[in-house]
Amino acid sequence: MMKYCYTPRAAIYIAALVVLLFLPQLLSPYHLMLMESGLSLAIMALGLNLLLRYTGVLSFGHGAYFAAGAYAVGLLYMYLPDKFTFENAILAAILASAALSALFGFVCVRHTRIFFSILTLALSMLLFAVLEKAYHYTGGSDGIRVPIPLFFGYEFEGMRRFQFLIGPYYYVVVGIFAAATVTMLAIVNSPFGKALQGTRDNELRAEMIGIRVKRYRWYAFVISGTFCGLSGGVWSFVNGHITPEISNWVFSGEIVYMVLLGGFMIFEGPIIGALLFTYLRLYAVAITEYWMLILGATLIFLVLVLPGGVMGGLHSLFSRLKLKRVS
Amino acid sequence: MVLIYALNGLYFSAFLFLTSLGLSIILGVMGILNLAHGSLYAIGGFVGAFLIGMMTQSPVPVMLFVAVLGAVAAAGAVGFILEITLIKHMYRRALEYQLLITFGILMLIEDSIKLVFGGESRYASAPFDAMGSVDIMGHTYSTYFLLVMAAALAAGILIWWVMTKTRLGIMLRAIEMDREMAQAMGIPMRSLTIVAFVMGSAFAGLAGVLVVPTTPAVMGMGMDPLIMAFIVVVIGGLGSLRGALLGSIIVGLTRSFTVAYFAELEMPLLFLIAVVILIIRPEGLFGQK
Amino acid sequence: MLQVTQLSKSFGQFMVLYNVNFAVKENEVVALLGPNGAGKTTMVNLISGHLRPDSGKIMLSGKDITGAPPHVRIALGIARNFQITQLFEELTVLDNVRNCIFSVEGRSGRFFKPASSYERVTAEALDILETFNLADFAGEMAEGLSEGDKKILDTAMAFALKANFLLLDEPTSGVATADKFKVMDTIITAIQERGTATLIIEHDMDIVAEYTHRVMVLSEGHILADGASAEVMADKQVKETLFGVSD
Repeated sequence: MMKYCYTPRAAIYIAALVVLLFLPQLLSPYHLMLMESGLSLAIMALGLNLLLRYTGVLSFGHGAYFAAGAYAVGLLYMYLPDKFTFENAILAAILASAALSALFGFVCVRHTRIFFSILTLALSMLLFAVLEKAYHYTGGSDGIRVPIPLFFGYEFEGMRRFQFLIGPYYYVVVGIFAAATVTMLAIVNSPFGKALQGTRDNELRAEMIGIRVKRYRWYAFVISGTFCGLSGGVWSFVNGHITPEISNWVFSGEIVYMVLLGGFMIFEGPIIGALLFTYLRLYAVAITEYWMLILGATLIFLVLVLPGGVMGGLHSLFSRLKLKRVS
Repeated sequence: MVLIYALNGLYFSAFLFLTSLGLSIILGVMGILNLAHGSLYAIGGFVGAFLIGMMTQSPVPVMLFVAVLGAVAAAGAVGFILEITLIKHMYRRALEYQLLITFGILMLIEDSIKLVFGGESRYASAPFDAMGSVDIMGHTYSTYFLLVMAAALAAGILIWWVMTKTRLGIMLRAIEMDREMAQAMGIPMRSLTIVAFVMGSAFAGLAGVLVVPTTPAVMGMGMDPLIMAFIVVVIGGLGSLRGALLGSIIVGLTRSFTVAYFAELEMPLLFLIAVVILIIRPEGLFGQK
Repeated sequence: MLQVTQLSKSFGQFMVLYNVNFAVKENEVVALLGPNGAGKTTMVNLISGHLRPDSGKIMLSGKDITGAPPHVRIALGIARNFQITQLFEELTVLDNVRNCIFSVEGRSGRFFKPASSYERVTAEALDILETFNLADFAGEMAEGLSEGDKKILDTAMAFALKANFLLLDEPTSGVATADKFKVMDTIITAIQERGTATLIIEHDMDIVAEYTHRVMVLSEGHILADGASAEVMADKQVKETLFGVSD
């Protein structure tokens, strides 16, 4: 076990974690809250990439599992307010998203390529329609407010939302984000992760060495969906309010955008992408009324010029520099 | 009342047919799911509303004719520009890039519409008001609705004729069936894919302009039609004309009757139908594998 | 070991195999010959579970596996390679082999410890790569290998499944002529060490003569001849079928 702790990757991770822990001293409260939002979305981006990069299928409906997590938190508050603690809420988010992704995933993994994307999109819109129409149970398009919860019995009494978010909750988010990242890294390098990549590269061969392709794809779907649910749960406290929009396909499209922006070929790409996307959108909204124009143009630029995303671009830049030095 | 619901259903179907036809052609011929299809619909709607607003003094037929022509030309032109600048790079790219570029185009068009027409809603009910209503078995029914159904029917017949009787249509269908084979047979792929994309865009524009006399053109107006067209294509089958027609009728009628009896179930029920069909027959009712 | 009875398979109107019967004993290395389109690869697909027969029965060590899914067959000890190489192109050569070992040992579902920390599995995989002269490329992506080495890796992967019945579909096609015998030597030595029963599809008659005990000739969907190599090869009808000549 020890030898894995001394790789360059581990060193970079530890350095990044240290930086993250000192950010509250460096960033303005406003930027810190953005960071929190970005970090919670990063968990989802990692989840999506387990399917896109490591399983080779593109979901255009992962907002559904994010919504499952967020709504589990919201509904817990609505219906069982006396049970509304952070640990219960996160547990509910994980369970709800795991259950939903197990159900939807079971259907989706029977297909690949465009059918898979269409099916995931249609299913997320089904959830969207239900969340929006079932006004009496879900608050419809008004959504649900998510207040500050109890933390393992500890109450942040009298603390304002804002103080809570830039204070204790930031460290909670960093902690969960770090745990999620390490877990996902372990998964993609495990025998299971390698088997998944096998099914991605060659379904026929995978089947013929005894890997149960659909079942493994389904497991990946559930893990991926659960990451999204965890992300949705964590994010719901940051945002303080949830609406059905997070199950709309446009939000799912934004998740794919994040992953591509960071670079889906590299494990850490989606994390960078989620953070960059959060800031990119903020700045676009801040400088112009036509922020979608900026986001759209950036996306088109990425697809045409920088398909490997920011991390992919940096990676090829470095390897080119290295080559030059050698020759 | 059942008659009126049925007529309303067919009226929905007419729109769905026009919108999904374009989506289906593009998906069938080019293999690309155009997420910006709803935005082309919105272009048709805004251009149409703008033209109708400019011509309040003209007689209704002239007004409609100019609006339809203008909207179809605008959507077609935008489609043409998109194809030759962006989409043409995408045919050999992976699925994620194909979907994302049309997603980017969607954002681009939505804001461009805001830039050109301003963010406000545009009303253009003049043709609808002027055409009044007719009496159908004791019920009054808007003449305009009947006109839309007739227009969709005409468009359907036109496209059916093009696809089955003309050289152009036969070549397009050849591409749909087997891209490589079509290429080997010397079919001019490049110009035909442009034609298909422009045709698909123009149909979206047509649907968009026909809707503005009944509901104002607003920002994001293309989102719902996109998703509906999407359901139609899923139900009917990718790239199938018959499928688009049947899918539209199923979705239109389902929608009309659920809105009448259990309004809340409308969208969920439609998605449920689509999902069930995707599970049982992923290629749709009339699609080929 | 393996018993095939009354096996039939058709694709639409086209009957590929018709009431085929044969058996392979333990330790036996059998060559399956026949002209193109005789149904040899279909036979491999049926035995490995990639296709299901229309009728007939396949038994392995007394167990009926006719309808068993591939993963069950692999657990029971059937492994195959592919005539047209099928690799995990974007994984390393080592991971290609390691995936096979994990799978056959039922560990592919483990998802916490890194694959590289399973030291015995890694050592075993490296050992197989060593045997097949691929050890130098262990850390490289499979897609970077030469065509010949890809083919050898494909066979090595079938090997890593520790089968007791091995199906080899033209294991030396695509391998440079100079290396063919070396590769076959490697394969046969390994087979004999383990006592693996093997069915080899091969076009190269020198290889058939050199390495197999028994030859079956498949023609137009049925077995035309079955017997000791030299005997079958001398048969007039066989010669006609295989080479289109009758001396």
